[in-house]
Amino acid sequence: MESRVLEIKDFSMYYGDTKAVDNISMDVYKNKVTAIMGPSGCGKTTLLRSINRMHELVADTRTTGEIRLYDTEIHSISPIVLRRKIGMVFQRPNPFPTMSIYDNVIAGYKLNGIRLKRADRDIIVEDSLKKAALWEEVKDKLHRKGTFLSGGQQQRLCVARALAMKPEILLLDEPTSALDPKATTKIESLIEELKIYVTMVLVTHNMSQAARVSDYTAFLFLGELVEYGQTQKMFTTPEDKRTEEYLTGKFG
Amino acid sequence: MGYQKDVKSLMEKEINKNLENNQSFIVNDKHIFFRKIYNILFKTSIILFSIISIIPLFLILFYVLQKGITAIDWDFFVKLPKPVGVEGGGISNAIIGTFLIILMSSLMSVPLGVGTGIFLSEYQNSKLAYVVRLFVEVLQGVPSIVMGIIAYLWVVRPMGIFSGFSGAIALGMMMLPVIIKNTEETLKLIPHSLKEASMSLGVPYYKTILKVVLPSSISGIVTGVLIGIARIAGETAPLLFTAFGNPFMNLNIFKPMNSLSLLIFNYATSPYQDWHRIAWGASLFLIVFVLFTNLVANGVAKKWKVEF
Repeated sequence: MESRVLEIKDFSMYYGDTKAVDNISMDVYKNKVTAIMGPSGCGKTTLLRSINRMHELVADTRTTGEIRLYDTEIHSISPIVLRRKIGMVFQRPNPFPTMSIYDNVIAGYKLNGIRLKRADRDIIVEDSLKKAALWEEVKDKLHRKGTFLSGGQQQRLCVARALAMKPEILLLDEPTSALDPKATTKIESLIEELKIYVTMVLVTHNMSQAARVSDYTAFLFLGELVEYGQTQKMFTTPEDKRTEEYLTGKFG
Repeated sequence: MGYQKDVKSLMEKEINKNLENNQSFIVNDKHIFFRKIYNILFKTSIILFSIISIIPLFLILFYVLQKGITAIDWDFFVKLPKPVGVEGGGISNAIIGTFLIILMSSLMSVPLGVGTGIFLSEYQNSKLAYVVRLFVEVLQGVPSIVMGIIAYLWVVRPMGIFSGFSGAIALGMMMLPVIIKNTEETLKLIPHSLKEASMSLGVPYYKTILKVVLPSSISGIVTGVLIGIARIAGETAPLLFTAFGNPFMNLNIFKPMNSLSLLIFNYATSPYQDWHRIAWGASLFLIVFVLFTNLVANGVAKKWKVEF
């Protein structure tokens, strides 16, 4: 049995009076990729953002239920501490435009005012860029602006930036939706490789992507968790009729 | 409404007539010819208007240059004004005074203005933001002489003395709306995803604003400050009963202080030929300074622009 990193229990989330996520319970396992898929507006991004409490940036939200990181209720600790443990990669690559590639990777430390020795910084930068499969491409131009890179490279830079904080979990919010097919393939194989370092939760609207890269898949529909289980099983013998219909393209 | 209906029915009639006669109602050589003429006329007139608009500035520049250039030499910048009838002398006290007052105004209004701008862009839809925005609009429209009177009542009267400091307060109030608006507009252009990137790394909100959002919008903010400076550099009315003017060199901000605009005002209204010449020289210097500041502002806006 895999060890559990994250436990979501009876979790609901409201925007004002609208319920965006409806009573979801699921576990996320260590060093696995968990995909959350479903049609647009089904609450998958909302659920993902609840995990590192990014939803709190939006006014007028409310949650009930629990999310536990190991044994800590995430709402009982400061979001600042939580977000250092749970990294995030967004839909569009968003490197810091004023910073070099090097500074972008180390940004989590720099912006938080954590002082590191130069040698330590170099190690973190090289290590993170290597994990994000970007090192070979940028090692000679570490001090150029991050925004000079291509979209796919920028996205991998964002992955490196999140990895540099050595998070327990990496949240990926449709990380390939703004990228071309070639860059998408690269990110997907990167996700495969990263499994040994970090647990990942991936939101995707692309079913085949979920099938390709994930170990577990959650299917969300209208804020409800319809089905959750091992990816292979879900894509071959789905239990719920709605899952089957979604997978065969009857709706969504 | 009735008018529109008339036009519509007229058009329909025309179209039907053309259709009956089996004519094309769109392609009509005569119409096309007139359309082209109108196009050319319209284009020429807007170009003409633009040229007419810049003529005054050219005339002013030319005239001031012609009158003022003879007054300007090295002494003009480094010497103090001489009494009436004595040859030579300069306006160093007014130049220093102007820069000191601008510096003080900026020190007061830049932190205030940038802070307010941040608030307005961060809490765009709050009630307070609505009120603040309204007041900023109004502040921008307050006549400069009123600013002077206000500063006189608030600062000069209680302190019992005219001072460069009180002038700086009057000018700072004039600069404030320019800086606030520029900061707000610049910050609104920063993509939300940038803030999210920082927050998701566990960076606190205030550090996100100070270390990520502000550096990304530095070009717009600096441009705003420079435009604000250009705006107040030549203001005279707010200084008349605040900084007051001073024929001597004064670096004490709590004493009356001279400025270029005050010197121009005093010298140009004097009966002495020599002083008129110096006033022209000072005008030239002031105009060149404002022009230069605007050029630098444009340069900063282009050069420091951050690409996302």
